[in-house]
Amino acid sequence: MSTIYLRRRITNWLAMGLSMLATLIGLAFLAWILWETLRQGISALNLKLFTRITANGADGGLANAMVGSLIINFIGIAIATPIGVLAGTWLAEYANRTKLGETIRFLNDILLSAPSIVMGLFVYTIIVLPSTALTHGSTSFSGFAGGVALALIALPVIVRTTDEMLRLVPSTLREAALSLGVPQWKLTLQILIRAARSGIITGVLLALARISGETAPLLFTAFGNNYMAINPIDKMSSLPQIIYQYANDPGDDLHAMAWAGAFVVTMFVLLLSLASRLVLSRSKVSHD
Amino acid sequence: MSAQPGTIAPSLIQEQRSRRDARHERLFRWLLKGCALLVLAALLGAAGATLWGGRSAFATFGWHFLVSTSWDPGNDVYGALVPVYGTIATSLIALLIAVPVSFGIALYLSEVAPAWLRTPVASAIELLAGIPSIIYGMWGLFIFAPFFANHIKPWLTNNLGDQPDDGKLSWVAQHVPFVGKLFGSSYPFGASILVAGIVLAIMIIPFISSVMREVFQTVPTRLKESAYALGSSTWEVSWDIVLPYTRSAVIGGIFLGLGRALGETMAVTFVLGNAMTLSASLLDPGTSIASTIANQFSEASGLQKSSLMALAFLLFVVTFFVLLIARLMLRQLAKKEGS
Repeated sequence: MSTIYLRRRITNWLAMGLSMLATLIGLAFLAWILWETLRQGISALNLKLFTRITANGADGGLANAMVGSLIINFIGIAIATPIGVLAGTWLAEYANRTKLGETIRFLNDILLSAPSIVMGLFVYTIIVLPSTALTHGSTSFSGFAGGVALALIALPVIVRTTDEMLRLVPSTLREAALSLGVPQWKLTLQILIRAARSGIITGVLLALARISGETAPLLFTAFGNNYMAINPIDKMSSLPQIIYQYANDPGDDLHAMAWAGAFVVTMFVLLLSLASRLVLSRSKVSHD
Repeated sequence: MSAQPGTIAPSLIQEQRSRRDARHERLFRWLLKGCALLVLAALLGAAGATLWGGRSAFATFGWHFLVSTSWDPGNDVYGALVPVYGTIATSLIALLIAVPVSFGIALYLSEVAPAWLRTPVASAIELLAGIPSIIYGMWGLFIFAPFFANHIKPWLTNNLGDQPDDGKLSWVAQHVPFVGKLFGSSYPFGASILVAGIVLAIMIIPFISSVMREVFQTVPTRLKESAYALGSSTWEVSWDIVLPYTRSAVIGGIFLGLGRALGETMAVTFVLGNAMTLSASLLDPGTSIASTIANQFSEASGLQKSSLMALAFLLFVVTFFVLLIARLMLRQLAKKEGS
């Protein structure tokens, strides 16, 4: 065999070997990160985490942070879902191929990866500062502000999935309804959104998964609170914020609790992304 | 024969109904459009709010803000160069590591791996993208940074750096310019620009590799088969056919990863060491725009707060343009596909 063939074969083997190595590197880091989170998290799990609050420090738990996370995430999703679904509907049904529609679709994709800390500062400026000024400082940081910051992060996810899912609905469905004299708003609300329902739910679940690990936008909006807070106008703690606070603390006991929190958050996020996949795959089967 | 009441009424009802429908239609359209415009408002608002918040910093320091390395709350003098350098350095290191690895993963998953292995491995890699950034931060702080300080850093400082433990400079540090400075450090801990870059690389690998894999799959089989029929090897098909065909989208994917890396806060804050000093060494601690904001904003006031807002404005504008380029590049391939 001449040398050029040999050289080409060796190059090919090398490239294939390196590509396999790259995949193994990626998988190894995934396994490493998940393994450490599981190992450290499970060894730190106990009942106190769910029943006691962070005011007790190393002897306490994360109950207020978990409740806070649930409330803030709920506010975020409750704001982002209707706005996101309606905006996505506008892009897919009313503004498809118009200039403004294309621009907003494009900018939405940018908002999808915009730095979340800047969104936190934005909400700080439009909600925290005015509420401080209006109430003379009695209400400043609040769970509600945190929810709005998370809504800004969830919004583009929901807009995009709704837009994509509606564009997948066959146009014969629209034509059939319109030919029966159904007005377009009724067609959109009662037929199209229903047809794309599972896809839209997937988008909402993905958005929830995305925001439930967000920390940076909550630091200057919900701020944190060592006591149990239920009222959204109070300062509110959240799991990611407590993880951040405890991991930066020198105490080993608090590190263990941060790992336990990290474990809870990771499991929540992974279960959500699993659930979103299930919703989508089941809908595919039923439509076929 | 006079018209029966029953025949007039339906047309009246119909007219009323169609008028009502038109009204609802208009309302509905405005509602939808208003919601869509909120997306625009969010972007403009974020830029406007940070610019407004940073106005006194921009007014006080002017262009000097961008080139000054001092960050001195005592004398109320602030400059952006140290965090800007940290942001750019960590993101570039991340790209340097993540681009070849992502290319390898995408290549393996689209050309090399057996069919039954592709979906599970691809979902596993995408799982990496779903892990919250704070988990990367904790892993970096408690697991990776100590590992790096114990096993990798000593080798780097002794064999490449200009401050080795035994005082004897290695051949590389003596003869290759800059390398000695880049890897010389007397800082004993792991947290550093390099570690932050590595953690960022792991975070953006799933983004870049999934974009690359998706676009690699859009290459017409016809093209690839023609090349195989002429006797090309898998590598030659990938490098000479697949990559040129998808070039713009691949660059778009890389810029998408860069956009993520620039704005990432939590993962970086944990492993950067939070030092407001400029150091040539990659093994010394530093700071980034996002982590400076995360660390200082709650306790800042006055000009310092305004400077942090100004930093956020810079970050937002830079990421916006990076992501803009990314999306434009990605769109080019979609157009080609459509034609």
